[in-house]
Amino acid sequence: MALTGIQIFKMTPKKNCKECGCPTCMAFSMKVAQGAMDISACPYMSEDALAELSEATAPPMKTIKIGTGDSEYSLGGETVLYRHEKTFVSKTRYAVALCSCMDDAAIDAKLAEVAKVDYERIGERMHAELLYVNYDEASGADRYVEVVKKAAATGKVLVLGCSDADVAAKALAECKDGKPVLNGANASNYEAMNKVATEAGVVLGVSGANIDELYDTVAALEKLGNKNLVIDTTEDTIKETFATTVQARRAALKDTDRTFGYPSIVNLVKVAKGDKYMQQALVSLFTMKYGSIVVLEELGYAEALPLFGLRQNLFTDPQKPMKVEPGIYPLNGADENSVCVTTVDFALTYFLVSGELERSGVPVNLVINDAGGLSVLTSWAAGKFSGNSISAFFKENVEDKVKTRKVIIPGKVAVLKGDIESKLPGWEVIVAPLEAVQLVKFLKDMQENGQL
Amino acid sequence: MPFNRKPQKFNAAIKTVEIGTGDKKVTLGGENVFPFYAFDGEIANGPKVGVEISDLGLENEVPGVKAYYEGAASIGEVAKKAAEMEGADFVCLRLEGGDPNGANKSVEELVAAAKEVADAIDAPLVVEGCKNVEKDSELLAKVAEALQGKNVLLLSAREENYKAVGAAAGLAYDQKVGAESAVDINLAKQLNVVTTQLGVKPESIVMNVGSASVGYGYEYVVSTLDRIKAAALSQDDKMLQMPIITPVASETWGVKEAMAEEEDAPEWGSREERGISMEIQTAAASLAAGSDAVILKHPQSVATISKMIQALV
Ligand code: SF4
Repeated sequence: MALTGIQIFKMTPKKNCKECGCPTCMAFSMKVAQGAMDISACPYMSEDALAELSEATAPPMKTIKIGTGDSEYSLGGETVLYRHEKTFVSKTRYAVALCSCMDDAAIDAKLAEVAKVDYERIGERMHAELLYVNYDEASGADRYVEVVKKAAATGKVLVLGCSDADVAAKALAECKDGKPVLNGANASNYEAMNKVATEAGVVLGVSGANIDELYDTVAALEKLGNKNLVIDTTEDTIKETFATTVQARRAALKDTDRTFGYPSIVNLVKVAKGDKYMQQALVSLFTMKYGSIVVLEELGYAEALPLFGLRQNLFTDPQKPMKVEPGIYPLNGADENSVCVTTVDFALTYFLVSGELERSGVPVNLVINDAGGLSVLTSWAAGKFSGNSISAFFKENVEDKVKTRKVIIPGKVAVLKGDIESKLPGWEVIVAPLEAVQLVKFLKDMQENGQL
Repeated sequence: MPFNRKPQKFNAAIKTVEIGTGDKKVTLGGENVFPFYAFDGEIANGPKVGVEISDLGLENEVPGVKAYYEGAASIGEVAKKAAEMEGADFVCLRLEGGDPNGANKSVEELVAAAKEVADAIDAPLVVEGCKNVEKDSELLAKVAEALQGKNVLLLSAREENYKAVGAAAGLAYDQKVGAESAVDINLAKQLNVVTTQLGVKPESIVMNVGSASVGYGYEYVVSTLDRIKAAALSQDDKMLQMPIITPVASETWGVKEAMAEEEDAPEWGSREERGISMEIQTAAASLAAGSDAVILKHPQSVATISKMIQALV
């Protein structure tokens, strides 16, 4: 919560010595309150005052970093509960679960399956970023360390699910340089776990039998000086897990209760073990509602394709419409002789149109204009998708790259046909139907009639 | 200091709309907390799951759907099996065949199909038109007339045809009106305003505020749902308190991820599994953002989403 100038003034030494560059302490305090100056410009603030100020100006939810190098990920740091209020900043990260109870063959198979899903979607790499390695007491500490080593060798960031401090210390000795998460502190072991995590310099995951115990344990760890935490909001049931996950995030952001101002871990293996379809439903639910790390058993293509699409949509900046790069996108094996279909660079339009074009199976060059990331009608109304802009774009970027001189324009801007034809000599302009879904039939008909 | 719970309690609630008759009828809406926020207050009815069937039959369906309906020779028998599906609360008949650019079936033929379905089941029925506004104006009005007394929900009345569809369904034949708008809170509200101005009772309106598959501009769907629920509950906006129904199957089974054949995308694996996952994940996201009902197709999706709802309310 922001402090007023008066509140800050009360904390200054009131010396008016001008060393901060301000004529008076009062003037300085006003500037700090506005955010124009940093409190550190005054060399005479007391330790207590500084602590109080930094607490008061700290963001409601901490940003916690895990992993290293190219595999470093930020969790948390959110300021809003709904994406339309501002924007979500730290994507949900997915962890595929391993257990030291699995034999080598099963673990190798799992790791091979995880490695298979790694692809790009609109400029973003999509893959499971994390592996969750669960400690099975019955198979012992040595086996756990072995499995952790195997998992660490993949280069993925690890989350160690282990609440035995000694075992955790052994496992961390093998993998701490990769900056994993040690998820295993609870009401009964948090002091020992805190020691292990801070010594290894890794993030500590905290859980509780219920939301109150979780809260108290986080508070106790903060008291020990550890604020490098994530909270495991998984409870015994799906309902309780959802309740704890949502309430913790809401308390942090809406009610500025900083004890819950940490990223979350939701472990679906605990609440829907062996039920891959339920895990699919829940991974979507907890991507929507406040899971920072979600752990699941399977992340093959079937799970990944919708999930990464959802995440990409949710974590876009609502102030900036999602745009695709203007240019020529050859579809269905199109070459320089294939017909051009043109539309705007608004991502939603691009997706709808390219999806239908792909469905038609007809080779086409999809030409995306620079229309400011707006939809067809909006950009047309704003003058960003006009006879001038389309013809200029074709002259600069398309004419020398394709041999075809046929272009299909969106049905919604049929009025542009004459204008484009007069400004793009040699081109035949064809008007598409009004809706993208009608493109499949439209193109197939054209192909059958030899019009392409 | 112990954790201080601060539930979000509202002095407003989503309206309830009943569909169907008798023992099997369902109530949509009624909640006065955010979606699945059972920790803030009891969730009145819980979201419902519908099973989509089409007048065009099963020819284009994936093997799992075909297998489920095996032996069903008529649309009536298909409807019966749909109603019996594990997790199903209602049946949604899509009259796709009416599309003038497609099969272009006659209104009489489609009304007969709707009648056959309505007579075959005692589960609540939703009837969806062919999306062509002119054809739907006539088609949905005739369906409303033919199914009098069944208390069906007709999808959809849109900006272009709400007068015809709204008047027939909501006024003349006392059915429920689905008001469909295109992923925008203001459009959704405007349509409710003009539909009620026609004389249709707010308690007879269910909104379809637009849908998409996850990955396909789904952020607009999320934000529209989020904002509508916030306006309905925290600002007590009466013109946004109608329950929301979201057709999911008709979106998700048509995108590349669910359509691509295995030979065209070998690394992607089973087409059916991709389709199910797309349907389940989109449905779960829609419910999380505030849909009071989703319409699905695959038996696995229907069972899973229904189970998820039971687990959360
Ligand atoms: S440096 Fe500190 S004490 Fe000196 S005038 Fe500025 S605020 Fe006051």
